[in-house]
Amino acid sequence: MTTFLTFTIIGIVSGSIYAITATGLVVTYTTTGVFNFAHGAVAMFAAFSYWQMTQSWMWPTWLALFLVLFVEAPLLALFVEESYMKRIYGATVVRSLMVSLGLLLILVGVAQTIWQPESRTLPEFFANSNVTIGDVTITYHQIICVIVAIVMAAGLRIYLRQFRSGIAMRAVVDDPDLLAMSGVSPRRVARSGWVLGFFLAALAGVLIGPELQLQGLDINLLTLLVVNGYAAAIVGRLKNLPFTFAGGMLLGLIEAYCIGYLPGHIPAALVSQIGLLTPVIFLFIALMLIPSARLRAVGRLAVARPPRVPTLNQSIRGGVAFVLAAWVVAMLLGGTLLANLTQGLALGIVGLSLVLLTGYAGQVSLCQLTFMGIGAFTMSKVADGGASWWGLIIGVVVCGIVGAVISLPALRLQGLYLALATLAFAQAAFYGFFSNTTFIAEGGAIPVGRLSVPGISLTGDKAYMVFCAVVLALAGIGVLAVRRSTWGRRLVALNDSPAAFATLGMSPTVSKMIVFAASASLAGIGGMLYAGQPLALSALNVQLFVGLELVLFVTIFGIRTVSGAVLGGLAMVLLPYASSQLPWWGIGLAGILAGVGIALMANVPDGILGIPWLTEHVRIPGIAGPSRRTEELADVQ
Amino acid sequence: MSSDSMTSPFLEVRGVSVTFGGVAALTQVSLDVRPGEVTGLIGPNGAGKTTLFNVISGLQRPDKGEVQLVGRDVTKLGPHRRARLGLARTFQRLELFGSLSARENVQAGLDARRDKGGDLTAQGLLHRVGVQADADRQVSTLPTGEARLVELARALAIDPKLILLDEPCSGLDDHESQLLGGLLRELADEGRAVLIVEHDMPLVLDICDRIIVLDFGQVIATGSPDAIRQDPGVQAAYLGAANDPEAS
Ligand SMILES: Nc1ncnc2c1ncn2[C@@H]1O[C@H](COP(=O)(O)OP(=O)(O)OP(=O)(O)O)[C@@H](O)[C@H]1O
Ligand SMILES: [Mg+2]
Repeated sequence: MTTFLTFTIIGIVSGSIYAITATGLVVTYTTTGVFNFAHGAVAMFAAFSYWQMTQSWMWPTWLALFLVLFVEAPLLALFVEESYMKRIYGATVVRSLMVSLGLLLILVGVAQTIWQPESRTLPEFFANSNVTIGDVTITYHQIICVIVAIVMAAGLRIYLRQFRSGIAMRAVVDDPDLLAMSGVSPRRVARSGWVLGFFLAALAGVLIGPELQLQGLDINLLTLLVVNGYAAAIVGRLKNLPFTFAGGMLLGLIEAYCIGYLPGHIPAALVSQIGLLTPVIFLFIALMLIPSARLRAVGRLAVARPPRVPTLNQSIRGGVAFVLAAWVVAMLLGGTLLANLTQGLALGIVGLSLVLLTGYAGQVSLCQLTFMGIGAFTMSKVADGGASWWGLIIGVVVCGIVGAVISLPALRLQGLYLALATLAFAQAAFYGFFSNTTFIAEGGAIPVGRLSVPGISLTGDKAYMVFCAVVLALAGIGVLAVRRSTWGRRLVALNDSPAAFATLGMSPTVSKMIVFAASASLAGIGGMLYAGQPLALSALNVQLFVGLELVLFVTIFGIRTVSGAVLGGLAMVLLPYASSQLPWWGIGLAGILAGVGIALMANVPDGILGIPWLTEHVRIPGIAGPSRRTEELADVQ
Repeated sequence: MSSDSMTSPFLEVRGVSVTFGGVAALTQVSLDVRPGEVTGLIGPNGAGKTTLFNVISGLQRPDKGEVQLVGRDVTKLGPHRRARLGLARTFQRLELFGSLSARENVQAGLDARRDKGGDLTAQGLLHRVGVQADADRQVSTLPTGEARLVELARALAIDPKLILLDEPCSGLDDHESQLLGGLLRELADEGRAVLIVEHDMPLVLDICDRIIVLDFGQVIATGSPDAIRQDPGVQAAYLGAANDPEAS
């Protein structure tokens, strides 16, 4: 009984925090249409700011709380709205997703720069004060969390019903036309949505920070903890606040009971991961309970000019030029930079898998690195820690099958929900598999060798880099050939109008499944080559954040072009390399630059390679497919 | 009322009802569409015509009722399965593959077929429906009228036995509408069934063998153009307004 009570209380407390987080997400989403992937990062930022004020500068708690919740969070929200978000209202899911992912990376980057690694802990509110009921001890901090959540829910209810701006916010959800008539500008409502969302994120951050007594404040951990809030928001179908609140509580309780009762019933290796796995699985299940998206005629024409697709001849010439360039670079360089660039080329192949899946077919995936890991893992198993062509073939098949299986439930979903489902899968694979010592040797590294080509030794780093360049060039030529083929036309058609696609007699489900499988296989090949450079793949290489960064960089350069994938892959390794050469302030460089890129992207939907000036003045030969100028188009309706 | 009971209907709609959040868009709609005929579906704005097309093509599940193609209940089949049974459609608000060229749009339709289009070519189909523009132009840059014709060509690419056209003449000038009317007759003469929603009344009265009138989600009349022209209920609901020179 005591155990039960203890875990129930723990569940209610974390449930309260999830409810606060999720409510913030839902408020922002319903008022602006933007699902803020950076919500967790805002909470993280607030927790660190609060630490800075109370622990480093020793300011009084009340002052720090006031500054973080009522000054920093709202100002940050307004700044973000003004500089990024206002440009993406009504944009496609992929674009608004990327912009909020960009914000996440900036906040993480800035936080990494300000708060260099050291151990930090936040004290609980009223530390060491508690009440005891029977055998169960409840801290004041826990009580405060629950009270804050209840007050928040009640306060929000009153605000949305009694206050003019609150009513306007509700109107956006229920009836945008009504809002227009009421005379409140949608922009103002959107601003309140951001401010309220950021405020609630900050509140969650301040409450959750002290819960991390063991781990200490950790930028990634805090940012991800709040990802758990996603699951609760999904229970509320991203619009219903009471359900969202209930979803938060439910998640908190399930998580607590799993931690309390599961050990002993599951493989020992999974025990330490229960806390991390439960929310992810909860999210996945919540997503699966969403009714499947029906095909609808939307009557919106894809307007942006597609990138020019090079002919086979052009792409071969481009590929050869690329390999020659890589050769020269390999001859000139050595050491870390050479190794990094080689891995960048391998990431370029993973980037190509995104071109196929997201760029052409319009399906969002945040789990490509998982396939990269599965590819490397299969290779390692088949070739016994080395590499063989059989390993390559089997790895490709395994990735294809896993990709197809994963796509099955995911296919019911579209846009945002699909993105979240792939995110949940990536996280589940990471916690349950890649960072699990049962499957992956102690230390979390998978040993992988380098493929050998008869007559050519690839053991030298230079030769291996050229080899990777050759494979990347072939993959690029292949992806472009796919784009020109009947099947490629199908993918683009599917992206442009799923409804018309189906009414021509083609099954969207089958096409999506095939493209998921093909893309997973390609990512798997990338993973084998990637791991072949340092002769191992570590769990850190397939972390969610790394995957998000890759998606982002490919998008920044142009996710509909092969060169976008190549440049995105290279940026992934060159930026950290540059950071490592820079003084202390270089640590957050990649994240910050990604953010700058995204800010740019809010204006240039097609990425840097789609910037009109660039496409008019620079012809990247063959392998590139710069898009031509996006024209104002004839109004269709 | 019945025009030609010799041929059995290709499409049968039986007692279909659809509501959107309490608003009845269709109530107990039943109708037949026969091969070799051009059937007109008319009714004022918001009558439920597009909704009915969506139900027939499988993009909207009805709350009640069933849809049969060649005597087979397809109510539970997805749109692509119905297309394979010979159903094609165009959209009132265009659903083109915007980033592809006109030719590629039609080619996508040809590719969807098992025989990859046989001896039909995208170019030939575009020519047949009267597309003037450069076939290699990206469709989202075409004027509405041309874009509509491309959509029609794409629908024809799957060699449909029944084709649903949702306001195909909007965006076309009188001359082009005339040509399109001729084409629709031709399609019917080839033995296809054509079901057309159109606000251009003179055209509808001219080319249709049979007209079905929908008002507030209900079928209020069915019959030959002459019968429909004379039906007082129809005149009250619709024709009066549509014959008004201001409105056409
Ligand atoms: N997806 C939807 N959600 C809610 N209501 C809808 C939806 N689609 C249609 N309606 C409503 O159903 C009714 C019928 O609409 P429908 O588009 O079928 O009419 P229509 O006859 O095609 O009109 P028009 O001549 O303007 O094209 C209208 O009242 C419309 O507002
Ligand atoms: Mg309509």
